[in-house]
Amino acid sequence: MEFTPIIGLEVHVQLLTKSKLFCGCPNLFNPDNPNVQTCPVCIGLPGSLPVMNQEALRLSQKTAMALNLNLANFTKWDRKQYYYPDLPKAYQISQFDLPFSYDGWVEVTLPSSGETTKVRLIRAHLEEDAGKNMHDESGRGGDSKVDLNRTGTPLLEIVSEPDIRSAEEARVFLEELRLLLRYIEVSDCNMQEGSMRCDANVNLHVHEDGEKIPTPIVEVKNLNSFRGVEAAIEHEIKRQIKAWETDRKRIGDVPKETRGWDADRGQTFGQRGKEDAADYRYFPDPDLVPVTTTDEQFDAIRATLCVFPADRRNSYVSDLGLSDYDASVIVDQGREYADYFDEVTSVCGDGKQAANWLTQDVQRELNDRKIEIAEFSILASVLGTVLQKIVKGEITIKSGRAVFTELLAQSDDGSDVTANSVDTIIADKGLGKVQDTGKIDIAIQAVIGNERNAKAVEDVRGGKQQAVGPLIGQVMRELKGADAGSVRQMIIDKLTS
Amino acid sequence: MLSPEDVQKVATLARLKLSEEELEQIGHQLGEILDYVAVLDEVDVSEVEPMAHVADVFNAFRADETRVSLPREESLSNAPKTDGKYFLVPQILENA
Repeated sequence: MEFTPIIGLEVHVQLLTKSKLFCGCPNLFNPDNPNVQTCPVCIGLPGSLPVMNQEALRLSQKTAMALNLNLANFTKWDRKQYYYPDLPKAYQISQFDLPFSYDGWVEVTLPSSGETTKVRLIRAHLEEDAGKNMHDESGRGGDSKVDLNRTGTPLLEIVSEPDIRSAEEARVFLEELRLLLRYIEVSDCNMQEGSMRCDANVNLHVHEDGEKIPTPIVEVKNLNSFRGVEAAIEHEIKRQIKAWETDRKRIGDVPKETRGWDADRGQTFGQRGKEDAADYRYFPDPDLVPVTTTDEQFDAIRATLCVFPADRRNSYVSDLGLSDYDASVIVDQGREYADYFDEVTSVCGDGKQAANWLTQDVQRELNDRKIEIAEFSILASVLGTVLQKIVKGEITIKSGRAVFTELLAQSDDGSDVTANSVDTIIADKGLGKVQDTGKIDIAIQAVIGNERNAKAVEDVRGGKQQAVGPLIGQVMRELKGADAGSVRQMIIDKLTS
Repeated sequence: MLSPEDVQKVATLARLKLSEEELEQIGHQLGEILDYVAVLDEVDVSEVEPMAHVADVFNAFRADETRVSLPREESLSNAPKTDGKYFLVPQILENA
């Protein structure tokens, strides 16, 4: 059986505002203190009136710019009617026919094939989040608990075209989206805390006798981890293949099905039937006036954008000569990490050197200490100073490592390490590369003159250059920090000319 | 006149339980309202921009500032059932 999986994602992300979308209650994840972040507006008491949070709109528009979406100069708010206990007004304020943004795309690169694809976006719109229901899990039909802390917090819904063709692509798309939104600081996209949530629409195009047959679409809801998204879609594809082989149902033969994801069992399960979109009976919310944004206002928001992860990867490869792999490792660690890298690079003047240190020495320390780059005690300017001395040839890489270790030791002892500490350490430990050729000369003379080395000296004189190794070693030990290449050349010159 | 099926659908969406008699009666009433509003169909609106709001007002915003929320007791005070921390509702059933 030949088939193509057809996958579209609906992603919800909570925005990093201080207050809720239409009232001044705090927008905070606070599951341990239920129902302490509510007011007459967000719990829908009669006579209360919503007022739009301007920052929520600004963050939404900023996001749209990063997602290559077109921005609307005119947008409005609609009521979406449905009954659910986590939505006390019995309608959600959302956007229906005139969302603030439409038609965008996100580029993703698949690790398995290296292939780059564009996932188109239908729209992004702003709405209020619902509260949280906790169901009685005893199976005895006890009451459900409702926490309305989250009710009315600003939520961005991003809807993709069904352009995704594999579970892997869905995961990578989500990861790239998360990275991008975290870079531009509109959301922390924490899937465990629910500030990023994902629903996947999945069906198959079965290829049979030259015909392309779409199977019924299934919406898998509430995927709350990257693993979960990938695993749920993989499972759903397999399940739909079996379903096609047994009942041969096509799209339209049955209503759209909603399924949940059971992460423990690794399978999807049937849920309530979804009401038709028309049953939401959308209409313009009379409590909220429409919003207009001028192109000048859009420009002002655009000016607050940072360099996007994809552009950053590209520039690391083309401007700094990094490998694709290293560029991704650095960029994918997040904006603070990439900013740290940028500063090290600008101080030392060598991106490759900076990348080597970040992906090896620094990363190892972060892993061992289980900390983020922001908590790392060696500041970018200080590491940059160490690397600058390597780049300029003032110390060897080996000495650089010794300085790095000493900086860590000093900061572990409670001292602040600065660029000055670098110079002090080099001086105290005698790690500076010996540039004084007179001094090197004296050391070489001593080694060559030593009786024990007579054989090696003869061999080198006789043209056996590999015999020079032990001699270099002795000179280096004597000098602590000379450049091995120059010492080698000087010994050979002395013995063979 | 709206068919009893149409009235039933609207009633279900609004979580209203209506008797056979009421379905009939309300079907008549809703039908009359729709007929009345249908007068508007006679107006040619092909050249008119759809209206988003009755007031000619735009961009009513507030700054992103927090205000003191209700104490929990007050927030829960109108609820038919609580445990002192959460609103309690009958178990949410499929297709409820």
